[in-house]
Amino acid sequence: MPRTARDVVFVDGVRTPFGKAGPKGLYAETRADDMVVRAIRELLRRNPSLPPERVDEVAVAATTQTGDQGLTIGRSAAVLAGLPKSVPGYAIDRMCAGAMTAVTTTGAGIAFGSYDVVIAGGVEHMGRHPMGEGVDPNPRFLAERLVDPSALVMGSTAENLHDRFPGITRERADAYAVRSQRKVAAAYAAGKIQPDLVPTAIRSAEKGWGLATEDEPPRPGTTPDDLAGLKTPFRVHGNVTAGNAAGLNDGATACLLAAEDVARELGLTPRMRLADFAFAGVEPEVMGVGPVPATERLLARNALTMDDIGLIEINEAFAVQVLAFLEHFKIADDDARVNPWGGAIALGHPLASSGVRLMNQLARLFEERPDVRFGLTTMCVGMGMGGTVLWENVNWEGSK
Amino acid sequence: MSDAAVGELFADEVVTHAVVRDVALPNEAGTLALITLDNGHDHTKPNTFGPNSLAELDAALDTIAVRDDIAAVGVTGKPFIFAVGADLNGVPLIQRREDAVAIARLGHDVFRRLGELHVPSFAYYNGAAMGGGVEIGLHCSYRTISSGVPAFALPETFLGLVPGWGGTYLLPNLIGAEKALKVVIENPLSQNRMLKGPQAYELGIADAIFEPADFLEESLAWTARVLNGEITVRRAEVDTGKAWDDAVAMARWNVDGKLHGAAPSYPKALDLVAAAKDRTRDEGFAAEDEALADLIMSDELRAGLYAFDLTQKRAKKPAGAPDASLARPVTKVGVVGAGLMASQLALLFARRMEVPVVLTDLDQERLDKGVGYARGEIDKLLAKGRVSPDKANRLKSLITGSLGKDAFADADFVIEAVFEEMSVKRKVFAEVEEHVSAECVLATNTSSLSVSEMAAGLEHPERVVGFHFFNPVAVLPLLEIVRGEATDDAALATAFAAGKALKKSCVLVKDAPAFVVNRVLLRLLAEIVRAVDEGTPIETAERAAQPLGLPMPPFVLMGLVGPAIALHVNETLHAAFPDRFPLSDNLAKLVASGKPGVYLPDFSLDPEAVEIFGGGDRPSTQEQVLDRALAALADEIRIMLDEGVVAAPQDIDLCMILGAGWPFHLGGITPYLDRSGVSEKATGRRFLAPGVASLNG
Repeated sequence: MPRTARDVVFVDGVRTPFGKAGPKGLYAETRADDMVVRAIRELLRRNPSLPPERVDEVAVAATTQTGDQGLTIGRSAAVLAGLPKSVPGYAIDRMCAGAMTAVTTTGAGIAFGSYDVVIAGGVEHMGRHPMGEGVDPNPRFLAERLVDPSALVMGSTAENLHDRFPGITRERADAYAVRSQRKVAAAYAAGKIQPDLVPTAIRSAEKGWGLATEDEPPRPGTTPDDLAGLKTPFRVHGNVTAGNAAGLNDGATACLLAAEDVARELGLTPRMRLADFAFAGVEPEVMGVGPVPATERLLARNALTMDDIGLIEINEAFAVQVLAFLEHFKIADDDARVNPWGGAIALGHPLASSGVRLMNQLARLFEERPDVRFGLTTMCVGMGMGGTVLWENVNWEGSK
Repeated sequence: MSDAAVGELFADEVVTHAVVRDVALPNEAGTLALITLDNGHDHTKPNTFGPNSLAELDAALDTIAVRDDIAAVGVTGKPFIFAVGADLNGVPLIQRREDAVAIARLGHDVFRRLGELHVPSFAYYNGAAMGGGVEIGLHCSYRTISSGVPAFALPETFLGLVPGWGGTYLLPNLIGAEKALKVVIENPLSQNRMLKGPQAYELGIADAIFEPADFLEESLAWTARVLNGEITVRRAEVDTGKAWDDAVAMARWNVDGKLHGAAPSYPKALDLVAAAKDRTRDEGFAAEDEALADLIMSDELRAGLYAFDLTQKRAKKPAGAPDASLARPVTKVGVVGAGLMASQLALLFARRMEVPVVLTDLDQERLDKGVGYARGEIDKLLAKGRVSPDKANRLKSLITGSLGKDAFADADFVIEAVFEEMSVKRKVFAEVEEHVSAECVLATNTSSLSVSEMAAGLEHPERVVGFHFFNPVAVLPLLEIVRGEATDDAALATAFAAGKALKKSCVLVKDAPAFVVNRVLLRLLAEIVRAVDEGTPIETAERAAQPLGLPMPPFVLMGLVGPAIALHVNETLHAAFPDRFPLSDNLAKLVASGKPGVYLPDFSLDPEAVEIFGGGDRPSTQEQVLDRALAALADEIRIMLDEGVVAAPQDIDLCMILGAGWPFHLGGITPYLDRSGVSEKATGRRFLAPGVASLNG
């Protein structure tokens, strides 16, 4: 039976405010599944023309899939969110690119004709599930030198990246980080970030109930001097600090994807079109360079060059990893196309949830920029990978 | 002012903390100071308000009252629980009326601040809310409720109080007298029925309802829209005219009809609601203070708290029960007989224990009917949506029938429900014993025969226990578990475990004629029938016990039980205690006539029955009948305690509350017999020390 691929659109995306992981963080006593449930419910509430039973899949990513992030979280979140029991769900893991993979995988399913509407998102409560919780690396990794011993420590892979790109200095990384903080502060002041935040109930035994309404991690007013004095915990006299990397965070995201014709039928407003995506592997010890081959592959397949890309939402796991990407594509460190509203260094990076945050911001940026046709969301992934998604702006006014 | 004194009475109070946290409301609606009520325990120990909790809330409101940077105040509970009302543990210790007034005022003084702040207040009923928990929200300007709230009630009148921390004044003025009386009077009067979240919303108690998944977030978003003026809360106008008075009159008629003035809490609550429409807030609250103080200083409340404690605590830890660890697992149940009682038992065991239940009968037709009845009841549950189709299939497949008792071979628990005749029951047990293991418990549902006698002659008499249900078995919560002379601890422990699995409240009873409930009821009935035999008109006898507020008059009860069964139990008791349980020829004649009782289907007296009981020439007055009946009750209960039928008067009271529906305001019965002086007059002593279920002095 011949098939015709269908156009896939990103309709809407939301997230909880991101919190700092740890006993003093916003979400210290809040469950991860409750956070993603809140995001899903708000997503449905914001799109009332969507009959809940029309959701064909709920794909939720988490890096650590135990406890409140276990029990095949996409399905359990669907049930807890009150979606009809007929709506299935599952869990996805590609570490930091979990939510991105939830989008590409279910999006591909829409294009294939198997789904009409899906919810994709991710959650990571790094306070309840510290990075590396319960991992048991196969001893062959090291015995057979399949990976470098530093490959499983993300900060060390970032130091390795400084070695590969000797021109990226600590100063450049810190300067990038300061800009990220400034951009986030400016975006907050202009009300750019808030529309897609879902106020989320938080409770602590000591303080009672509260409401998380804003991201906790940003440090507006950070100066290069503030960063210069920070320690380099991953390497003596190294370059990677808490200031030029994303922190350890808690957060959840969810977005709504649909076949374009179904979106029209249901009265859902598309914000951007999923044009293509690519994932690529690199040596795990320099996982931060992953976005480079993924993006090269994607651009080549679509006969595009970086000049055709008007907006880039790149995850800022580490400043050096962003700078490596920019250097490779000969883009200036402060190019206005890149993370115009700042990134994860300021906002935080709750691993598997971040992919959809990038998309939320790109979708909002597209609305403001009808002159831009194509944008990217891209991120590096542990164990040596990168993923890039090519999006087309539905508001693009054409080459007038 | 005796607040300090009151605080000391509640020295062991589990304090519900009032924690304040600022919340940035959406849509720039400003800051809300959110008070979380949390006693630091999980949902199994709900939030309550004693004087120390109220003091914490007061202090929290002190900090809020001086703030000019907030737009509103909110109150919510801990997960699954909002608050379940006043802490009642210290109430029995209150000995001075001034202390009672102080605790009443303290509640008002603190709660009313929520309605009198410089900013609007919002209650977010996130979980179970009762009594003062409901009332704190009524003081707020607005309320939201979770559709998941499992219990929402003002149960005060049921216990012997009034909802007097604002409930009787604020609720009728919020939703009208008719709806308010449903909550204040009608539900407590109907076995303390509770509302669920959606019902409370339907009544208009809450202004908005949200699902539990993000109840607080949505409540806060709604709050922001109310503050911004996007939402205008509209409430139905309250009719303070005839509708109000009619509703009060109707409720009063209902209360009088059921209680005949026996429980003072109901008329007091009615009076408060009746007057609430014409009173100012200060007047309304002051009247509540006085009513609460009167009731706190009443024996009826002390008896009610005693009864509440029995049903909440003693019912769950039966006095004298052997160590639960001795219980053997029950994986299959046998029921001997396939009559109506047997089928009801099979249904109960299958539903609650979810193990195979096999009925046996010698007659295939009876067997089919019995199994058919049980399965039919499951289909009814299915039709009502009480069980799912899968569950119905499972339950129906659990209930089977067999002509041979060999079907009991692998049963761990076999209960007989055959004809109430010693020889029949002994024969049945002997037959069952041929098939079952030596450990299988043999239980009898006899209402009056001796368990020891039934066990005598068996190979293993130590496995026989009495397992006495009350009709209807699915509804009445009491199970009298009877230890025979030979019964061993393992069999008894297994019986208690089974009773618990059946969700019954079990009371351990010695093997004595008619056990507890029937013996007490029959002594009362015997005394009243004797008075009628002597020439007292039935109407007079029926009215005699009205001041007690029992669930039904004696002859109505006889009709419900069936005159034949009443006669049978009476005969058993007569055989044991001929002086106290005389045989009534008239009762025997009534049974012989085949009449279902002394009433016709239209509840008028059957002239032929009146004729049967006619002929006496020494009529008693209503008061004389009551005096005799009460004296007889005290006499019988004293004898039962002396015989060791149960461990304590508390067990008698628990049995009468759970097995016969005797009311809380009597404390079952012994608190009433004590406080009315009957026990001392009839037996020379009280049942309970002063203060246990009454005021000290």
